[in-house]
Amino acid sequence: MDKNEALMLREKADDIRALALKMFQKIGKGHVGGAMSISDLLSVLYFKRMNINPAEPKWADRDRLVLSKGHAGPALYATLALRGFFPEEECMTLNQPGTNLPSHCDMNKTIGIDMTAGSLAQGFSAAIGMALACRLDKRTNRIYTIIGDGESQEGQIWEAAMYAGSKKLANITAFCDNNGMQIDGLTNDINTIEPVADKWRAFNWNVLECDGHDVESIDAAIAKSYEETERPTMIVMKTIKGKGANFCEGTVASHSTNVTAELLEGALAALNRN
Amino acid sequence: MMIEKDAKEMRAVYTEGLIALAEKDDRIVLCESDLMGANGTKNFLKTFPERTFDVGIAEANMIGVAAGLAACGKIPFANSFTPFATRRCLDQVTISCAYANLPVKIGGTDPGICAQLNGGTHMSLEDMALMRAIANMVVFEPTDAEQFRQAIPQIAYNDKPTYIRILRTQADKVYGPDYRFQLGKADVLRDGTDVVIFCSGIMVIRSLVAAEMLAEEGISAAVVNVHTLKPLDEETILTYAAKCRAVVTAENHSIVGALGGAVAEVLGEKCPTIMRRVGTKDRFGEVGKLDYLEKALGLTAGDVAAAAKSAVAAKQ
Repeated sequence: MDKNEALMLREKADDIRALALKMFQKIGKGHVGGAMSISDLLSVLYFKRMNINPAEPKWADRDRLVLSKGHAGPALYATLALRGFFPEEECMTLNQPGTNLPSHCDMNKTIGIDMTAGSLAQGFSAAIGMALACRLDKRTNRIYTIIGDGESQEGQIWEAAMYAGSKKLANITAFCDNNGMQIDGLTNDINTIEPVADKWRAFNWNVLECDGHDVESIDAAIAKSYEETERPTMIVMKTIKGKGANFCEGTVASHSTNVTAELLEGALAALNRN
Repeated sequence: MMIEKDAKEMRAVYTEGLIALAEKDDRIVLCESDLMGANGTKNFLKTFPERTFDVGIAEANMIGVAAGLAACGKIPFANSFTPFATRRCLDQVTISCAYANLPVKIGGTDPGICAQLNGGTHMSLEDMALMRAIANMVVFEPTDAEQFRQAIPQIAYNDKPTYIRILRTQADKVYGPDYRFQLGKADVLRDGTDVVIFCSGIMVIRSLVAAEMLAEEGISAAVVNVHTLKPLDEETILTYAAKCRAVVTAENHSIVGALGGAVAEVLGEKCPTIMRRVGTKDRFGEVGKLDYLEKALGLTAGDVAAAAKSAVAAKQ
């Protein structure tokens, strides 16, 4: 990746963060932590890697993203708006009465959302189903899906992982947002998912690791996933919960937190978006 | 009354119906969770191996995979025994299928006491209530081969998440070749004036037998097959309740939340009527053969007739 592209993707990631934080502030609160931790990934996917067309959001041959950790929806809405799927102004309707932008992703409400998610692990199974459908139809597209580390405690993740590995679904690139935190505390204290990379290897996945806040590291891992022809790929991303929201970065409390006008102002200044 | 068995098992009717559709429409796919043998769907696998997805013993993932297939334009039929196709993966059915409004067709086999020797763990007496309570679901229980054969294309193309409660074995024959099935429209099988029996599944034939028993005692009983529990044919239910002024429901299920509950809700709001519910009464199933279970759980033609007499008596 050349320097200009890396710079552009870093800027887009912070644009996503800034817009998502504005959305949260407008309604007063939100799932800040898990939205911030995937912003760099969303930048790389939507501004470089995914083959999509905002003018034709239902295009059958498009790449698809299932945000199985559906509570990070606002980061994805910000991304879709910045990518031209719908006007940025619409973002400010997040969670307002009658909105098309609910906390958790809804494929029937939001243009560009490929799957409804929110009840954890369900999106991951749906992504496997999509990959099966696309392989059956001999499409050359790719299914991307993002799960959380806390979400990985759900049994359904491993039901789906076992099946995708068994069926050699090489058209999937999955990401685990491994920020080490969940609502009740540190993932390692509550119910550790480690050794997470070894678990996915044991389920017959191609496992890659990257720095989830380095666009070049993320992009290199995605590119490497395309070389795999026999196995689905899981990219375990080391991330920081709340990354870039200076008032809650690296805290368990960032999962769902209040965002006041004052906090927003400080966060935007720190992101150079004021 | 002569009771004739269908020539074909219901699971064979199901699989043949799916194969016939799949031959014309490549969107039709099958999802299974290690019960293809029991569900009788192996011929689909033989005919369309690439369109068959047996996920192993993992019903939650099966429903999620089916939802993903549907999100990419497929029309998946996902099957297991009734309890594992519904209560085991209730949130997956609710969110990934119904809330997402994806046309996943969920086939539950071995309804209620028909689980027989698999016993209480496999005996779903609440599946219809659970499926009916989910917004956006269509809920259907075929009665015999003729009806089911006609129903399969209507279900495939209704564009809605749909639960199908399927007997595995040969059903008692109820319908002839002149029958025309319509999903959501109850069938009046026998007219009557003193009491109406709203029934479904294996209780349809028992209700017809009960109506004959009642006729011998001078009671005129109507029998209406409410094969589609949701959307409910309120019009027919209200018409017959108003006409007979005594209502019985008969189902191979708990009296809570399914046919008995649904009819009671409609009548309570729109036409309060004397009513009796035949079904299981706040109890689990148990192991046994059908002839034992129908007596033990109160699902015989005699139970239906007794309920009808009780309702008729209460009206006087």
